[in-house]
Amino acid sequence: MSAATTERSRTAWLDGVNPVTKVAMVIVLAAPLLVSIDAVSAATALLLELLCVPLTGLTFAAVLTRLVPVIVFAPVAAVSMLLYARPGGTVYGTFLFATVSDDSIALSLAVLVRVVALALPIILIFARTDPTELADALAQVAKLPSRFVLGVLAGARTVGLFVDDWRTMSLARRARGLGDRGALRRFFSMAFVLLVFAVRRGTKLATAMEARGFGSDIERTWARPSTLSGRDAVALAAALALIAVALGAAVVSGAFRVVGT
Amino acid sequence: MTGPARVDVEGWGWRYAGRKLPATREVDLVIEPGERVLLLGASGAGKSTLLAGLAGLLGGSDEGETTGRILVDGAPPETQRGRIGLVLQDPEAGIVLSKVGDDIAFGCENLGVPAAQIPARVAEAVASVGLAVPLDRPTKALSGGQKQRLALAGVLAMRPGLLLLDEPTANLDPEGVAEVRVAVEGVVAREGTTLVLIEHRTAVWADLMTRVVVLAPGGGVLADGPPERVFAEYGEALAAAGVWVPGRPVDLPVLAPVSAPDAVLRASALSIGREKGAVVASGLDVSLPRAAGTVITGPNGAGKSTLALTLAGLLPELAGEVVAAEELAARGVRRPVRWRSTELLTRIGTVFQEPEHQFLAATLRDELAVGPRALRMAPAEVDRIVDELLERLDLASLALANPFTLSGGQKRRLSVATVLAASPEVIVLDEPTFGQDRRGWMELVALLQREIARGRTVVAVTHDADVVHHLGQHRIRMGDAA
Repeated sequence: MSAATTERSRTAWLDGVNPVTKVAMVIVLAAPLLVSIDAVSAATALLLELLCVPLTGLTFAAVLTRLVPVIVFAPVAAVSMLLYARPGGTVYGTFLFATVSDDSIALSLAVLVRVVALALPIILIFARTDPTELADALAQVAKLPSRFVLGVLAGARTVGLFVDDWRTMSLARRARGLGDRGALRRFFSMAFVLLVFAVRRGTKLATAMEARGFGSDIERTWARPSTLSGRDAVALAAALALIAVALGAAVVSGAFRVVGT
Repeated sequence: MTGPARVDVEGWGWRYAGRKLPATREVDLVIEPGERVLLLGASGAGKSTLLAGLAGLLGGSDEGETTGRILVDGAPPETQRGRIGLVLQDPEAGIVLSKVGDDIAFGCENLGVPAAQIPARVAEAVASVGLAVPLDRPTKALSGGQKQRLALAGVLAMRPGLLLLDEPTANLDPEGVAEVRVAVEGVVAREGTTLVLIEHRTAVWADLMTRVVVLAPGGGVLADGPPERVFAEYGEALAAAGVWVPGRPVDLPVLAPVSAPDAVLRASALSIGREKGAVVASGLDVSLPRAAGTVITGPNGAGKSTLALTLAGLLPELAGEVVAAEELAARGVRRPVRWRSTELLTRIGTVFQEPEHQFLAATLRDELAVGPRALRMAPAEVDRIVDELLERLDLASLALANPFTLSGGQKRRLSVATVLAASPEVIVLDEPTFGQDRRGWMELVALLQREIARGRTVVAVTHDADVVHHLGQHRIRMGDAA
């Protein structure tokens, strides 16, 4: 594994897959579900993905916790489909522009399952991926410019500081007698100050990075080499197979539908 | 090239783009390999500019205009990345990555050190600053002293011949100061690295340094020599310029202790925390004596700031209640956290650790008027209060300046003045003397003593033993974090 700079416990099979491969896997698993729109393909994919949970190092409970926001949001999309999709088959009721019909019920179910099936692979694949490791892989394997990748990585680290700034500024506004009224105005004035802090912090960070040789002409080395292995091929092939089975099941059952048809 | 570096500064000066006057000029200086130089001078004499110049970080001609030259080992510093290591005052400013090991390795990677050699360099750097934490520890979980030692380790992993430290301990508690001092001492003793350090609090570093260089405010070098000689000959001028010269105590009275029979604010069995469920301290019994100074001390993470903000009516108590004296009640309510913002304003004022967090306006005048206007005072009355404060705190010449453009000492005074504008009974301050030079420190403490004499109650969270000495009529010591 990587250099002695990182000593993380690595137990799950998926942890040994390069983050760049993981990005490719998410695209493979999600793209077909974005252009097709039937319940069978999404449900099959969802089921097969759930069978893969043990490989990810996540517990089912952890997966469920992370899915909560999606599960809360998905019915919103489903309900709008239920009421406003193009009617077809038996019509069960109409109110103004809303019509509930066989077609709209089917579509709404398909959307419900699909939203979850789109979110699940992202959660399974990236929940345990370390941002630094992702950056290493994007720069070394995907050959994105290292200045860009490391700049974003270092900048992202400072987000927590802005959260603290925001809290303190809220308290300070109460202390200064402006806490009772004008919440909107207060919000914008704090956002502006935060912008000032961001620029200043960015300048400081750039100086600190430059002081440590960042951006010089020397060819950079990587303390944590990011490489591809046989496992990456297996992981990508498995993702392809999974989505092929899901789409195949939809075609065989006759439910397969592409968006817009 | 390895080993300690040599520095030649020849008639050097720098003017930032957009400024009329140079930040510093006509500096001539030769630093031999292995020398340990304490760089002093009044605020604005260009110490930090010189240090940035030595580090090769001032940028090109679009950033400013340079005269003369600086050479490190005979070459311009910009070409010497890795030979020169810089550690700055703000512990947050030096950290680049989110894990300790990765952050230390960052410089080596940039210098093209072969990956196979980096782990050994990281281990060596960690050992030499005595940072005994796992390499996968998140950098945000470190204390201030640990962060500064991490910054030092990140620099040492590059094996520099010249170490530049810009007030590395100004924002640290006494434990942190001691940690960093020991780490730096170990490095220079082992490696003989050339050292240039800026620090107002000279007592921490004086005995480690072989030479003191004082920059003159108008440019050039005012004094240069062994520490004892420079302090003896220029002690008075240095003290006036804001330097804490060893053996020169501040000339301010020490207020008599009080036994706290008459409390303005009181709390018993108090639990505090920034959010629900995250208790940082509990079972606190606190009372603040009227018209006296109270100091809150204790190690990092003990909850000092949280206690101050809770007493100030800004954070809700997690258990127990903060209760104000009868005469402070608003609408019959005696719990500060239940007061309206405008009710709090005239009762308890808070000065935050970072002055900029509490600035709201585009000019000093408007900044000072915020409180009086929130209280719906007549314009003439607002003007009277603002004028009086500008005069009293020596800020009148800056009345139309933007608060964000002030110096550190001016920002601190302004943040105190914004609180005084609403005449609160109680003034709560969080680390008011952080990063202040001797002059700023004395102005601030004298101001607070005058407020106490006028019958105000002052509460200060502080690590500063001198603040405790001069304002600590009543002392609250917080225990170690549970």
